[in-house]
Amino acid sequence: MTTTTDTHCPYCSLQCGMRLSAPTAGSVDVLERPDFPVNRGALCGKGQNAAALLAPAARLTTPLIRDRRDRRDGRDMRDGRRGELRAASWDEALERVADGFAAIRAEHGADAVGVFGGGGLTNEKAYQLGKFARVALGTANIDYNGRFCMSSAAAANRIAFGIDRGLPFPLEDIPRTDCLILVGGNPAETMPPALRYFRELRENGGTLIVVDPRRTRTAEQADLHLQPLPGGDLALALGLLHLLIADGMVDVDFVAERTTGFEQARAAAMAHWPERVERLTGVPAAQLREAARLFGRARTGMVLTARGPEQQSKGTDTVGAWINLCLASGKAGRLHSGYGCLTGQGNGQGGREHGQKADQLPGYRSIEDPAARAHVAGVWGVDPDALPHSGRSAYELLDSLGRPGPDGVRGLLLMGSNPVVSAPRAAHIAGRLGSLDLLVVSDLVLSETAQLADVVLPSAQWAEETGTLTNLEGRVILRQRALDAPAGVRGDLWLLRELAERLGVKRGFDDDPETVFEELRRASAGGQADYAGISYARIRAEDGVFWPCPTEDHPGTPRLFLDAFATPDGRARFTPVTHRPAAEEPDAEYPLYLTTGRVLAQYQSGAQTRRVGALNAAAPGPFVELHPLLARRLQVAEGDPLTVTSRRGRAMAPARITDTIRPDTVFMPFHWPGAGRANTLTNPALDPTSKMPEFKVCAVRVEAAGRVEAAGWVETAGWVEAAAPVEAAVPVEAAARTAGDTTGRGRV
Amino acid sequence: MTTGGRHIAVVGAGMAAARFAERYRALGGTARVTLYGAEPRAPYNRVLLADVLTGRYDAEAIALQVGDAELRPGSEAVGLDVGARTLTLADGSIEAWDELVLATGANPVLPPIRGLRRPDGGGLRDRVHALRTLADCARLAEDATQAKRAVVVGGGVLGVSVARALAALGVSVEIVHQGPHLIERQLDAQASAALRGGLRALGVEVYLGNRARALTATGAVELANGYRLDTDLTVLACGVRPRTALAHAAGLAVDVGVVIDDTLATSAAQVYAIGDCTQHRGTVHGLSGPAWDQADVLAARLSGADPDARYTGSRPLARLSAGPLEYAAFGEVDVDEDHAEDAPYRNAAAADPELHVLRLTDATRGSYKKLVMRGDRLVGAILFGDLATVGDLTRAYERDDLLSDRPPLHLLTSYGAS
Repeated sequence: MTTTTDTHCPYCSLQCGMRLSAPTAGSVDVLERPDFPVNRGALCGKGQNAAALLAPAARLTTPLIRDRRDRRDGRDMRDGRRGELRAASWDEALERVADGFAAIRAEHGADAVGVFGGGGLTNEKAYQLGKFARVALGTANIDYNGRFCMSSAAAANRIAFGIDRGLPFPLEDIPRTDCLILVGGNPAETMPPALRYFRELRENGGTLIVVDPRRTRTAEQADLHLQPLPGGDLALALGLLHLLIADGMVDVDFVAERTTGFEQARAAAMAHWPERVERLTGVPAAQLREAARLFGRARTGMVLTARGPEQQSKGTDTVGAWINLCLASGKAGRLHSGYGCLTGQGNGQGGREHGQKADQLPGYRSIEDPAARAHVAGVWGVDPDALPHSGRSAYELLDSLGRPGPDGVRGLLLMGSNPVVSAPRAAHIAGRLGSLDLLVVSDLVLSETAQLADVVLPSAQWAEETGTLTNLEGRVILRQRALDAPAGVRGDLWLLRELAERLGVKRGFDDDPETVFEELRRASAGGQADYAGISYARIRAEDGVFWPCPTEDHPGTPRLFLDAFATPDGRARFTPVTHRPAAEEPDAEYPLYLTTGRVLAQYQSGAQTRRVGALNAAAPGPFVELHPLLARRLQVAEGDPLTVTSRRGRAMAPARITDTIRPDTVFMPFHWPGAGRANTLTNPALDPTSKMPEFKVCAVRVEAAGRVEAAGWVETAGWVEAAAPVEAAVPVEAAARTAGDTTGRGRV
Repeated sequence: MTTGGRHIAVVGAGMAAARFAERYRALGGTARVTLYGAEPRAPYNRVLLADVLTGRYDAEAIALQVGDAELRPGSEAVGLDVGARTLTLADGSIEAWDELVLATGANPVLPPIRGLRRPDGGGLRDRVHALRTLADCARLAEDATQAKRAVVVGGGVLGVSVARALAALGVSVEIVHQGPHLIERQLDAQASAALRGGLRALGVEVYLGNRARALTATGAVELANGYRLDTDLTVLACGVRPRTALAHAAGLAVDVGVVIDDTLATSAAQVYAIGDCTQHRGTVHGLSGPAWDQADVLAARLSGADPDARYTGSRPLARLSAGPLEYAAFGEVDVDEDHAEDAPYRNAAAADPELHVLRLTDATRGSYKKLVMRGDRLVGAILFGDLATVGDLTRAYERDDLLSDRPPLHLLTSYGAS
C-alpha cells in the first residue's frame, strides 16, 4: 500500500505544497496538493521533477576526503587539490573536520574558522548553524548566500517599516489590488505558480506594470512595461515620486498621520524631474507619466521588487525609493496595498531570521544589542559575553578566505551553497576557496564548490527530513519526511551535533528537528521574527502560520502594519535617497551593460537542477541574450559563440538573439559553471548598507569568438564543462581570416 | 561627519550649489559647507518654474536637498578677497573660507527696449516681468490672474514655456521673436513650424522676425515695424548672462563667464566655479544638466571620493515638456536647411559627404523627427511630438554609438512592445 506525505517543494521561496507518495522503498512520486493555498496544486517543472535527485545514483552517498598535502603557498595549495577526493567513513571525515578546525582555532584564533550557510536550509538548520558558529566554534565569521539574495530589500524594509518580512500580505491579496508595479522580477520563469496571482489581478480589472530591462515573459503580460537601463530603477522610482507630487497624487493625510521624513524625500524627488529621469534611465517621460498616473490614481496599489533592483551597489536605496512611492501615495499599511519583496531561495526569509547572518541572532535580533545577546545566551546556556560580535558579510567573508594575517579565514564549513558558481567575481572566489587550509562542504551533490573541498559530507535532502521553512509571505510551513535517506547520508543537524561534540560541546545540539524548533521558538520569543506561538501541530492544522506569532493563542499575522508600522513611533519612514550611477558603467573599452538572471528550468547555481534530465533538456546551457541590432553590428547569428569580457574575466556562450532586450545590454543566466559562468564577469561592488554585490549591472565587451576554434570546442567539451581560456577569444583579424570574410568582425 | 575644521564657502544657492552640497556630503566630504544665497529662500529646482506658474507645483514643493550644509539665504556676497580668503556679505559681515565655490548663476538679459524700466530707474516697470526666480514667478502669477492678454518677448525655450504656461492660465498670449524661427538654437525650421502650430492650438500667436522696440505709456508693446500689441503684462525671455561681477572684481579670469579648467578651478588658488556662471573650454552652457555635471565632478574632487575626477564637457540635450508640447533636440540639428525637399535619406552637403540627414514627418500626428548622421555616428537629432524613441536616441548620442544600420530606423520608431 502506498502512503502519502504532505510536504513542500525543495526549490524557491514560494514553497509550493506538494504530496509525495512512496510506491517503493527509496523512491517517491510528486503529486498535487490542491488544498495548499499558495500554489493550489500547481507545480512548475522544477517541482514536478524534484524527486529525480533522491535516487542514490544522482547524489553523494558517502563522505569524501582529500588527503593532506604539504602546502607552502597558494600555488602549492591549488596543486595539492589536484589529488582525488576519496571515499571515507563518517568517523574519519568528522575527525578530520574537527581536528582541522581545532588546529586552526588553536593557531589563528576562533575567527579563523568561518561558516557559510544557505538560504535553502530549513529554519532548524539555519538556527543550529548560527548557534554552532557562535557556541561550538566561537567565530564571528558566519554569513550565507542569502546575502546575495534579498539583503537590500531586508535593509530597506527595516529602515522604512522597522521590520523585514518579504511580503507584508499573503499572495492571495495580490489579485485584489488595483495597480501593481513589479520591479525587476520575472515570476513567469522564476516562480511560475505565482504568476496566477498576477493574471488574476488583471482579470479583476487591476493594472500590472513591469519594470525590467528585458521584455520578459512576465513583462509581456503587463499593461505597461518600462524598460530602463540596468541600474536605472532608483532614478525611475524617484521620477515617479516626482510626478505623484507634481500632479497632486500624494495622500497628504496618510503622509501626515503615518509617516515621517516626507520633506527630505520630496526634495530628493524634486531633483529627478521626468525629463532628467528619461535621460538617466532611457524610459521616455511619457511612459513615466503613464505609470505615475496608473499607480497614483489607483485606489489601492502594491510595489514588489525582486533581484533586479536589489542586486545593485545601491540596492538598499533603490528599494527605499520604491517604498517612498508607496508611502507618498498612501499605499502601505492598508488592506491590499503595500511594498513587498519576492524573496528568492526556498528559505530566504527564515534563513535570515535565525542567526545565519553575520550581524544577527535568532528572532531577527541584532548581535550588537546587549538585551538580545542576554536573551539568546540565556536560551543557549552560555555567558552573553562569550558570544562573538558581528562578522563579515558574505562576499567579504569569501574574499578573506586563505588570506595571510590576522583577518584571514583558514577553515570554512560551507553548507547548502555553491559560491563557485553563484558568487560575484567567481573565478577569484574559487581561488580564495582553493587557498583554504580546510574547506568542508556539506551538500547533496558534488557541486562545483564541493569539488574544491578537503572534506565533502553527503547531506540528506528535502523529502528525507522534517523541518520548517518560512516562505516569501512570512508563512512558516512544514516539510515532512516522506522516506529515509540512502545509507551513508546524514542530516545536517546530526552533522552539527557530531562536530560540536568532537569540538568539546557535548550539549545543546540536538538532531531532532522538532526539538530544535522548540528551542528556536524560545530563542525567537520577543524578537521581531517571533515564532514563540508556532508549533509543528499548528502548522499542519493551519496551512502554515504567519510570523510574528508570539503566543500559542495568537492567530499569526498574515497582514502587517494595518494598525501601525513596526518602528518605535509606529510611523513608516521616508528615506531621502538619490540616484547614482552603477559602480561600473560602460565605457569605450567595455561598452555594454551585462545583466544576469535566471531561466525557467534551472535553479540558482544549478547544482541540483543541472542533474535532472528533464530540466537539462529544457535548458541545457548558458547563452548570451542580445538584441538583433547588436548582433548585426557584431556580425553574429543565432547560436554563434560569443566571448563576453569584463574587468574580472571572460566567459563564452552561444548567442541568443531577441528583440526583447535593450540594444545596449546583454543578458546571461548564471546557473552554469565553466566557460559559460556568468559570475566570472560580475562585479563584487557592495551596497554600503546591505553588502549586496552588484550582480545585475557591470560593463562588458562582447566579441564573436573564432568559429573554427569554437566549433571544435563545442564538439569536444560542450559549453558547460569547457574551461575558459583567455586565449579562446580570437583577435578580430584572425577571426575574419578564418571565417573567410574580408569585412572584419565587429567588437562591441 | 563634519569636523568643523575646513570651511567651504559656496557663493550662490541655486541648482549647482545645492547639487554640490548634497553630493559633497553624500560622497563623504567632511568640511563645513555654507551656501550664501542672494535670494531669500533655500535652493529650489529652477527647471520647474514654468509649472510653478501654472500651479502644478507649490513653491514650497520644489525645494532641493543640500545635505547638511548651512544655508544663508538673503546673504548676497558683495566682495571677495582671494588673498585673504574672505567673503564680504551685503550686510558688511566678513566670512572666512578655505575653499570657495562660485555658483553665482546667471541673470536674465534685458533687451534694449525703451520704457522697460521705471522712470526712477529702480527696476522693471509694473506688469513687466523677467522669470528667473521664485519671486519673479510669484509676481508674474499674481499679475496673470488679472491679465487677459500677455506679450512674451523672446521665442527661445523660456519664452515658449512661459507662453504655454500663461495660456494654460487662460491668458491670450503673443510671442514676439527676433529670429527667423522659434528656438533656433535647438530646432530647425521645420520643427519650429510644428512647434508654432502646437502653440497656436493652445491660443498662442507667434510673430517671427520682429523686434520689440518700446513699451508705450499705456503698456503696449511697440514693434520695430511700428505695430503695437496691446497687453496686460509683458514677459522678457531674452536669455541669460553669467553673473560674473564678483569674480571680475576679485581679479579672476572672466570672459563671458568665469573661466574654469577641467578641474573646475578658476584662475585663483582654492577658488572653483560651477554652473551657469562658468565658461569651460570656451563654452557657456546655462543649462541644469552641465551645471550638475560640474557640481558632481567638483564634489568628487573636494570630498576626496575621486580627487582625480575631471570635467571634460557635457553633451547637453534640450528637452521641452510644456503640457502637450514636447520635443527633444541635441547636437547639430540645423544642417541641410537649404535642401529640405523630398528625399528622405540623402547626402546633405557636398562639402561634407559623410553627413546624412534623415527625416520623418507625420502630419496627421503632428510629429517630426530628424536624425543627423556623420558616417556611422549620430551627431544631432530632433524629435517633436512623438518621443517614443527618445531614450535610445539620447543614449546613442551621449555614448557616440556606432550605428551600423543604415538608416538607423530603430531610432525613429520604437522597437519594443512597450
